[in-house]
Formats: sequence, C-alpha cells, structure tokens
Amino acid sequence: MKRQHKESLTSLAILSPSIITLAIFVYGFISRSVQISLLDWNTFANFMRKAKDYVGIDNYLGLLAESRFQTDLWNTLYFTLFFILGCLAIGILLSLILNNKPKGGYFFQNLYLFPMAISFVVTGTVWRWIFAPGRLPDNPRGINLLFEQLGLDALQWGWFTSTASFMGFNVALIAVIVAAIWQYSGYTMAMWLAGLRGIDQQLIEAAKIDGASKWQVFSKILFPIQKPITLSAIIVLAHVSLKAFALIYAMTGSGPNNVTDIPAVYMFEATFRSNRYSTGSAIAIVLLMMVGLLIIPYLVHSFKEE
Amino acid sequence: MKEKKTTQEKILRYTILIVFAIFFLTPMYVLLSTSLKPFANVSINTMWQLPASISFEGFTEAFAKLAPNVLNSFYLVIPATLISAIMGSLNGYVLSHWKFKGSDTLFALILFGMFIPYQSVLFPLVQFMQTIGLYGSIPGLILVHVVYGLPITTLMFRNYYQDVPRALTEAAKVDGANIFSIYRHIFFPISIPSFVVVFIWQFTNVWNEFLFAVTLTDTQSQPITVALTNLAGSQVVEWNVQMSGAIITALPTLLVYIIFGRYFIKGMLAGSVKG
Repeated sequence: MKRQHKESLTSLAILSPSIITLAIFVYGFISRSVQISLLDWNTFANFMRKAKDYVGIDNYLGLLAESRFQTDLWNTLYFTLFFILGCLAIGILLSLILNNKPKGGYFFQNLYLFPMAISFVVTGTVWRWIFAPGRLPDNPRGINLLFEQLGLDALQWGWFTSTASFMGFNVALIAVIVAAIWQYSGYTMAMWLAGLRGIDQQLIEAAKIDGASKWQVFSKILFPIQKPITLSAIIVLAHVSLKAFALIYAMTGSGPNNVTDIPAVYMFEATFRSNRYSTGSAIAIVLLMMVGLLIIPYLVHSFKEE
Repeated sequence: MKEKKTTQEKILRYTILIVFAIFFLTPMYVLLSTSLKPFANVSINTMWQLPASISFEGFTEAFAKLAPNVLNSFYLVIPATLISAIMGSLNGYVLSHWKFKGSDTLFALILFGMFIPYQSVLFPLVQFMQTIGLYGSIPGLILVHVVYGLPITTLMFRNYYQDVPRALTEAAKVDGANIFSIYRHIFFPISIPSFVVVFIWQFTNVWNEFLFAVTLTDTQSQPITVALTNLAGSQVVEWNVQMSGAIITALPTLLVYIIFGRYFIKGMLAGSVKG
C-alpha cells in the first residue's frame, strides 16, 4: 500500500513539468482570454490602465452585429465544407485506385503526399502566384495567362480578388480552397489507404461473386467499414480549416470586402494591429467554442469506444 | 471481352493518377522554373515557360536575405523537437504503465491542449512571454513549441507503450527495478522507432509553424516561415527571389519527407487515427 503511494508520487513528479506548464499555457491562458473578452480593452489607453471594467458579452454581441465578422463566419462555413468535401472526394478516389496496387502506385502515393510536409506559408506563396489574376482583360497573369495561351479566355476571372457571392459563399474562396485541398487531400488518401489495406479481401471477392457492382462494393461494404476513419479525417480537416490562418495570411490576406477573411485573421489584426484586445480575445473564444463543438462529441465518442 | 474491359479500366485509372500528378506537381513546376530564371528573364508573359537559361541569381539573393532565418529555424527546431520528444516519452510511459488514480483524467486534460485553436491563448501568451523576458527570443519560442507539442508527443508515446505487455513492467518490479531503471533499460531502448516518428513529426510541425513565430519574435529571431512572408509580401522583391525563398523554406522538411517518408506517414496517421 505504502509502496503504491510512493509510486503514484513518483509518477506525478515525472509528469509535473508537463502538468504545470500546460496548466498555465492552456487552461490559464484560455481563462485569461475569456476574461479579456469580457473587458473593454479596445483602445491602447484602456489596455494600459488595466482597468477591470467588465462589459459582459458586449464584445461578442458587437462582433455578431459586425458585417466583417458575419462574412468571416460564412467564409469559415463554406471553406470548411468545400475543403472537406474536396479532400474526401479526391483522397478516397486516389486511395481506391492505389489500393489495387497498380504499377508505379508507390511513386504516385508518395507524390500525392508530399504537400503535407510543406508549410502553409509556402503553399500560400506559390498558389498566390498561380491565382493572381493580373489586370483583365489585357494583362492577365498566372492561371489566367495560361488560359489565354491555351485559347481558353472564357475561363479567365478575378479568382481571389473577385467580390461575387452566392448565398453567402464568396467565390474568391475557391482559390484558397484549391490550395488547401492540394495540401491535404493526400492526407485523406493515406488514411483511407491504411484502412483499406486492413480490409479482408475475401469479403470483397465474395461480394463480387454474388454479382455486386464496383459502386455497390464501395457504397455497401468499403464506405461503411471505413466510416470511423472518414470521421477522424473529417475532424482533423475541419480542425485544419479553422486554423488556416497561415495559408490565408500568406496567400490572400482579408481580400477586398473581406472576401477571403476568416476569424483567425481578424483576431490577429484586431489584437496585434489595432489594439482591440478584447475584440480579438472574443474572436479567439468564438473559435475555441467552434472547435469545442466539433471535438468534444468526437472525443467523448472515441473514449467510450476505448 | 473481359480483357478489353480491364484494359479500358487501366487506361482510366492511369489517366486519373496522371491528372492528379499534374495537379500536385504544378506548384513545384512554378517554384522551380521561376526560381531558376535570371532577373532579366522574369516577365509576366513568360511566367509559365521554362527558363531560357538557368541562373542561380534568385537563390543567391534569397539565401543572402534568408540565411539568418534559416539558422534561427534550426536553433528553434532541434531543441524543441528533442525536448518535447523526451518529455512526451516519459509522460507516455507513466500514463500507460504507471497509472494511478486520476491518471486517465490527467491524460485527457493534457490531450485537450492539442485541439485548441492557438488564437485562444495567443494574447495572454504574448504578455506572459514579455513578463518573463522571453518575448522576441528563440529560447522563448522553443519553450512555447515544447509546451504545445507535449500533448501530441505524449499521445504518440502512450499509444506506442500501451502495446507493451504490462507483465513486463510487473516482472521488472518484482526484480526490484524502479520506475526509472525500467524506463532506461526496457522502454527507452525499444522506443527508438517511436522516437524517429515523433522527431520527424515535431521537426516538420515546428519548422512549418507560423502563428507563434509571427507573434512571438522580432526581426532578430524570426524563423524562416515569417521571413518568407515578409519577402513574398514585398512588392519590390523579384518573383525569382520569392520563389527561391519558398524553396529554401520547404527544402528541409521536404528532404525529411523524401528520406523518412515511411516514418512521416506513420506519425501522421498516429496523430489522428487514434484520437
């Protein structure tokens, strides 16, 4: 009994540097952000006075009423949605092909995955070069220039500088979504492939003998088996999209009328560029709540399974 | 008949594979062909063409500008990777083989740090670093990356050690070995593959990270990712220099991927599949 007590103490001692730092850096700082978000530190003077003048949820209400923040929320919704769908569609398609072990498959697999090793900052820099529209119609550049040289002038448009919008979807986001899909569809492919390799081939052979078509094999057997993997991928990708700060920062910035703005970029500008610390903190907490809505059910679910 | 169908299928498969290969390689083509053009040759009209003559002017200039930042990144990444891996390994060891009352809850609380958007800690973090005098310094950034790296490294090692039979620890205990000697003589030696995976994962993550880097450093201590956005955001810097800069930024992690691809993929899957 005594020995066990001593063991627990040693265990705790080993963990303590991590526990203490994480307690401060995660829980302490989040609490502090919540506190600042409830104050009125929206000018440098107020911040310097360190006045504890609580304004309740005014900063949050102010944000929700603001058109920039509303745009940010729509952008996040559409960006996340299309980014996930794109990564899943491409990743699953490629994994199904590669699972048949075609000649050269290993080469292709490695090729599709390499963007995962690259910083969002690099991705943003290159794709900005590709999608920068130039001055249309006379001085196209990037992909617009390529279209012109291929005789496809009709496909030219403003890409991430376009201010057009359908049902809250700013079409300028398409360029950013393509860049993000470029970086993460290989990841979805790798996850699916790892899952597919673990599936008993006899199951699929049996279904084929019974006359199941390829689509039936996919939709009735593979997809249901791979559901947990797909779910994990969705969670990770959604998480990435909420954190896509570096990509947007390096590629487009907020854009005209904030067409490519996201809460993370707004948070950065509010806090570090315009001294609106409380507004910045409120955005940060909204982001945290969005991640929480996504992650907590998932974590509870997977812990239960364990 | 059947054979014809399989040939058609083969063609379709390879068409898809090649189309996507082109999609994935286009940015690489852009990077390489632009970075190797001489200044005089960088014109918008020929932006998609291969360089008429190969020149390393772009690389020379980009490297002259970015060399201190490349060094900063190495000074940052190496200690941050080593420390977070070692601490993660010890944590994972304790949390899988020396469980105590509440240790599972503790693990969940540690893990939480991996899921938060870092914006939610960012401003207090900046203030804290200023207070303790580590703002704008590489040691400060190392500390930040170690702390926020701990959840994932702990998770990866815990999952790895969980597959080690408990009987092994119990037997060693009966022989009088303590928590440290069991780690040193049994767990540490068998976790080399796991260390490789975690090293590669952390190296890539810390090297590529941008948010902490841009908020916690000054011009002296900027890592490469921040320097690249400054370079690429500038209107006066030539495209060939910007693209060379992007290649310099991407090269270390790309090399890691090319050399240790298998381990890289393992880390990526370990970080997500077993949440």
